[in-house]
Amino acid sequence: MTKKDPVHPFDLLDVQRELTEEQRAIQKVARDFVDKEVKPHIAGWYESSDIPVRELALKLGAIGMLGMHLEGYSCAGTDATSYGLACLELEAGDSGLRSLVSVQGSLSMFAIHEYGSEAQKERWLPEMAAGRAIGCFGLTEADFGSNPSGMLTNAKRDGDNWIINGNKMWITNGTVADVAIIWAQTDEGIRGFAVDTKTAGFQANLIKHKLSLRASLTAELVFTNLKVSDADRLPGATSLRAPLMCLAEARYGIIFGTVGAARDSLETALAYAATREQFDGPIARHQMTQAKFAAMATRLNTAMLLALHIGKIKDVGQVQPQQISMGKYNNAMGALEIAREARSILGGAGITTEYSVFRHMANLETVLTYEGTHEIHSLVIGEALTGIAAYR
Amino acid sequence: MKIAVCVKQVPDSWAEKKLVDGLLDRAGVDAVLNDLDEYAIEEALRVVEPLNEGNDAPIHTITLISMGPDRATEAIRKGLSMGAHDAILISDSALVGSDALATSKVLAETIKSGGFDLVFCGTESTDARMSVIPAMLAQRLGWAQLTFAGALKVDVASSKVEIDRMTDAGVESMSANFPAVISVIEKINEPRYPSFKGIMASKKKTVTTKSLSDVGVSAGEVGLATAWSVVDDAAARPPREKGLKVEDAGNGGDKLAEYILEKRIV
Ligand SMILES: Cc1cc2nc3c(=O)[nH]c(=O)nc-3n(C[C@H](O)[C@H](O)[C@H](O)COP(=O)(O)OP(=O)(O)OC[C@H]3O[C@@H](n4cnc5c(N)ncnc54)[C@H](O)[C@@H]3O)c2cc1C
Ligand SMILES: Cc1cc2nc3c(=O)[nH]c(=O)nc-3n(C[C@H](O)[C@H](O)[C@H](O)COP(=O)(O)OP(=O)(O)OC[C@H]3O[C@@H](n4cnc5c(N)ncnc54)[C@H](O)[C@@H]3O)c2cc1C
Repeated sequence: MTKKDPVHPFDLLDVQRELTEEQRAIQKVARDFVDKEVKPHIAGWYESSDIPVRELALKLGAIGMLGMHLEGYSCAGTDATSYGLACLELEAGDSGLRSLVSVQGSLSMFAIHEYGSEAQKERWLPEMAAGRAIGCFGLTEADFGSNPSGMLTNAKRDGDNWIINGNKMWITNGTVADVAIIWAQTDEGIRGFAVDTKTAGFQANLIKHKLSLRASLTAELVFTNLKVSDADRLPGATSLRAPLMCLAEARYGIIFGTVGAARDSLETALAYAATREQFDGPIARHQMTQAKFAAMATRLNTAMLLALHIGKIKDVGQVQPQQISMGKYNNAMGALEIAREARSILGGAGITTEYSVFRHMANLETVLTYEGTHEIHSLVIGEALTGIAAYR
Repeated sequence: MKIAVCVKQVPDSWAEKKLVDGLLDRAGVDAVLNDLDEYAIEEALRVVEPLNEGNDAPIHTITLISMGPDRATEAIRKGLSMGAHDAILISDSALVGSDALATSKVLAETIKSGGFDLVFCGTESTDARMSVIPAMLAQRLGWAQLTFAGALKVDVASSKVEIDRMTDAGVESMSANFPAVISVIEKINEPRYPSFKGIMASKKKTVTTKSLSDVGVSAGEVGLATAWSVVDDAAARPPREKGLKVEDAGNGGDKLAEYILEKRIV
């Protein structure tokens, strides 16, 4: 058996060749952070279904990882590609960690940055960028997931105040949040509110028994006559379009993030196959294993090229929602398939938390579903191609 | 106050080391900022940051100084991203193969003209690991030498620096007036990650490249030809012998004791 030095899957196509020095430096910091602060603990967090959100947020904030692609208000103000690369490295650690950063930066902070008043921005954004304040984003309800336009949560005017009643479901960081972005029906249409979670009438219950995204806190929110001032309403948000734009922001990060989970799965499988011996030799020498690797590496590189392409379009401010849908559609499923295949290469060892592959695989089931399900994104692409909306 | 931090670019410490003509092959591997020099930068930042608080333009500054190939700007960039203010790179083809004596000469000449109060170094480089440059610098500059600092306090008003010198022999308290050369050990702090803002700001910071003649050293004083030692050959460390595994079937303690006596460990 002749043996040459193995090539890293990304070097095979030199996919990172066009990254700038700055983008590489940002990616490197994110990677070092994950190697040092996350990888040694992640299996434990996953098993105990807990993650030290506050502690991590402070560390992420010090680096500038929270709301990193937003301008001003103590945000780092990087380009979109750098933000994507950071998501990639975070999700190579765990999708739960990347979710924390997505919900903070792209959902909660973005909502305030894009649709908030000056006072709201000054009150929340610097604190959130530093990781001292945590945000959550409440759109989904138990009976309205893919179809949020039917949401039941409502806000009624009461002089200068609003009274909010209703429930939200599957809300990441709901139990630790200091500020909740709450979307509700009003007589004037769907509106958003940036609510201090200490306000009476706000309650968050942890959702237990998850088999996916365990290193992430997911909550049910209950609003009982939650009274907020009109100054807490996001003045720029005047329809369902606003939360959907926030989701497009976060979804963009997922296009890169999923590549990270896939890369880590493939790296793990390659390393395992090189040392695991069966029938008197490493399993990497089997043609079937190599065929799996060839398919996985091709899929991984394709996903990365797609991510970088969409990043470039976003960097010039021209990205379209259907482009982001195509990115998520391809990369979430691609990553899930890579993680499953990697799991098979690790055999029995692949099903424990000792290796990352099963964890990635289980996490990616959530990633396939949240931020618009795989099916909904195929409908977005289908609508773009045919001009016919087929959601109903 | 002006602080200089000496930083070296070294091959990634995880990479396989290869010798080419008696010199470490640096071309084929990733080059990084010497780990220990990050602690030196961090400590210098902790000295100046509180002093600069509230000032838009920093009054107290940190200059990184590195001797190495042009590529060393990558390592310098990391230090600038952490928060150092500017940098000097001494790069010259005549420097190839320079030993510690020559390196310290070039660094000392560069430091001399800079008006620095303090010089921070790592305790050792992860590639050559001689752990001598700080002492040599102090000697050449005629400055106080405070090495192996595990804790440090600077009093700018009285131009004084105090350290806990931590070695295997114990902890010594030492102090000196400016100017002084300080080397730090890993215990002293936990270096920060470069922040994204820092990375973006580092692009605008100045790295001045100097040649040997710029710093007033002649080519004849440095380089492979003047090195006091020559590496003839090197071999990988032999693999460790397999350890002994003691199964405890009630007599584990005896077996351990036997092993210790046999190997004369105590
Ligand atoms: C761990 C986790 C964290 C989350 N965090 C948040 C959060 O922070 N904030 C938030 O607001 N939400 C969050 N969500 C909610 C997530 O966005 C929703 O789960 C998602 O939108 C899908 O909604 P659903 O679960 O109600 O599924 P449903 O909408 O009931 O969908 C069930 C199935 O039906 C399919 N389907 C639905 N409609 C159609 C159609 N028209 N055509 C074809 N197929 C269709 C779907 O694709 C899916 O396969 C989170 C979810 C999870 C699991
Ligand atoms: C015969 C011989 C040939 C050699 N050839 C080469 C060669 O071709 N290329 C090569 O790079 N090395 C070469 N070396 C090694 C070289 O001598 C040392 O790397 C160098 O002199 C510094 O010593 P050190 O790295 O052991 O520093 P140490 O004393 O271990 O370092 C302590 C601290 O000093 C500072 N420091 C050290 N070096 C520098 C630097 N260059 N710039 C700024 N600060 C620094 C840092 O703060 C560092 O943490 C050779 C050595 C010998 C004996």
